[in-house]
Amino acid sequence: MRLSRSKREGLTDLWLAGPATLALLAFIFIPVAIVAVLSFTNYQFGALTFDWTGFDNYIALFSSSVGRRAVTNTLIYVAIVIPFSVGFGLLVAVGLYQMTQWAPRWSNVFKTIYFLPVAATLVAMSVAWQMVLHPSLGIVNQALFSAGLPTPSWLSDRSLVLYTLAMIGVWQSIGYNMVLFLAGLAAIPAELYDAAEVDGAGGSWSRFWTVTWPMLGPTTLFVMVVTATNAFRVFETVATMTKGGPAFASDTLVYALYREGFVYFKAGYASAITMVFFAFLLVLAVIQFRVVARRVHYR
Amino acid sequence: MATILELRNVTRSFDSKVVLDDVSITIEQGSFTALLGASGCGKSTSLRIMAGLDRPTSGEVLLGGSDVSEQTAYERNVAMVFQSYALYPHLTVAQNIALPLTMRHLTPVRRLPLVGAVMPGTGKARQTIMDKVHEAAEMLGLDQLLNSKPGQLSGGQKQRVALGRALVRDPSLFLLDEPLSNLDARLRVRMRSEISALHRKTGKAFVYVTHDQTEAMAMADQIVVMIGGKVAQSGPPRELYEHPANRAVAAFVGHNAINFLEPGDGIDMGESVVGLRPEDLAPSESGALLARLESAEYLGSEIVLSLRGAKGAEIRAIAPGDFAVPATGSEIRLGYAPEKLHLFDADTGFRRERAA
Repeated sequence: MRLSRSKREGLTDLWLAGPATLALLAFIFIPVAIVAVLSFTNYQFGALTFDWTGFDNYIALFSSSVGRRAVTNTLIYVAIVIPFSVGFGLLVAVGLYQMTQWAPRWSNVFKTIYFLPVAATLVAMSVAWQMVLHPSLGIVNQALFSAGLPTPSWLSDRSLVLYTLAMIGVWQSIGYNMVLFLAGLAAIPAELYDAAEVDGAGGSWSRFWTVTWPMLGPTTLFVMVVTATNAFRVFETVATMTKGGPAFASDTLVYALYREGFVYFKAGYASAITMVFFAFLLVLAVIQFRVVARRVHYR
Repeated sequence: MATILELRNVTRSFDSKVVLDDVSITIEQGSFTALLGASGCGKSTSLRIMAGLDRPTSGEVLLGGSDVSEQTAYERNVAMVFQSYALYPHLTVAQNIALPLTMRHLTPVRRLPLVGAVMPGTGKARQTIMDKVHEAAEMLGLDQLLNSKPGQLSGGQKQRVALGRALVRDPSLFLLDEPLSNLDARLRVRMRSEISALHRKTGKAFVYVTHDQTEAMAMADQIVVMIGGKVAQSGPPRELYEHPANRAVAAFVGHNAINFLEPGDGIDMGESVVGLRPEDLAPSESGALLARLESAEYLGSEIVLSLRGAKGAEIRAIAPGDFAVPATGSEIRLGYAPEKLHLFDADTGFRRERAA
């Protein structure tokens, strides 16, 4: 028996979209739902029972100084990494893009160098950074010392450690943003630059504001979203270099989540942290796609 | 008439590839010049060199009698309309049209959104600019669209905005690079007459790049035919049509592709190749040319006949619409006026004048 055409097309749709939908459900939506449920319990990893505790985990997170510390540290980290990483990524991309015209080989060499931190394992890079930033033996402080400047303890000074980590985060993500911006730059029609030149916007500054920056709008939006999500997830540098210390000065949401869930086995509390983390990302995504996207695609 | 722009022995090569080879073009004040040629013939490069967007490898560019090779496009005060329209997608129609004026009349500080607005004089300058924008928009029928973004416009409207942006700054010269090729056929014909009207209204010289000989014939008073990076012939449309300088120009110009008859194909004029336009060849009882009918296209006002000559040459002729087409395969006599024959050298392809 042959099925009607619409039924056959329906089956095709199901066959195409079904597996991915099932995987999404099984590996993302259901786990998130379970975590959401767990966040309202005092469940301990490996325990057989748990009690409902309502919003206690969330109250604990936002009322304890350690929990608040993790939240504000993460926000500060993100607030530093986004502008610097996006700004430098754009600067490097524009520079290397123009360099392609007169020194294509060198431009490619620099592109590779800038991309290396992205390709390298951040854990291994953290070891390198730890050596570079060592209070007495590190190359940075050696240089500062010989220049007669103060030599701060980059990773053990409570007031400095978060900014040091943010700088490493910027260093790590510039290359990725550069690649995205380079793709965006290559997609700008050459005729627009010609038009700008004829219209008197041919100087490098007015060219940038009249053509490059507006035309990179969609790319910039995407880069910001990617940078923000990655910054919110900061973990490797914290785990390998500072363990959230000293005195929780570099504790972040994901590191706290790891500590509570996998060191202290407080699954319920860790789930609450996860939900807060999730909420931050959701709000960010909604803001950027709803509010900014409309201004960026020029409709 | 005074010369506004002149390319003098301009050569342009990219690496070892010669794109323009010793090109000399003269644009008269107030004229409408079409640069006509197939793609890759160098017509767009010529235009870009006139605009100042590209520089000649050797040769001179003279604007109003003085050498402008060191001047940028903006300093030459030429306006250019691009094939892709090249509108700024983030600006409204009004802002797009106003951009050349804001760049000219407002200093960078005055262009800043808030700081500029509070500086004395900015409001007045902006008012002057907006008056000119409204004037240009009215001329092009864009008044209702001033606050739209280019993304919301149709192809024809975008084209008008691009024209408006060119018009608003009162340039010394208008350069148009295949401005109609992205429009559909009907709109193209309408924009054609609009551009012609604009040319009459402004009285400025227009240089118009196109690969469409119909556009060039319909609009221009001077056509420069470019083939392989060289100027093949330049002159008024009628001269190009009636006295093509060589076979290539004869083949390029004219709505119906010209017939070329080698010696022995039925019209013998010595060693020369004979060019005869289909519209100059029609069925006639007493015609001298005999050919076999292969197919006929009825177009209403006329019938295009495809025929084969004695030696197998393809011949096209045009019969009046009321011509009774005989069965395919039958022999037809075709007549022509002897003065309509074009003679070309069989080897060089250059035109030969008949001994009168």
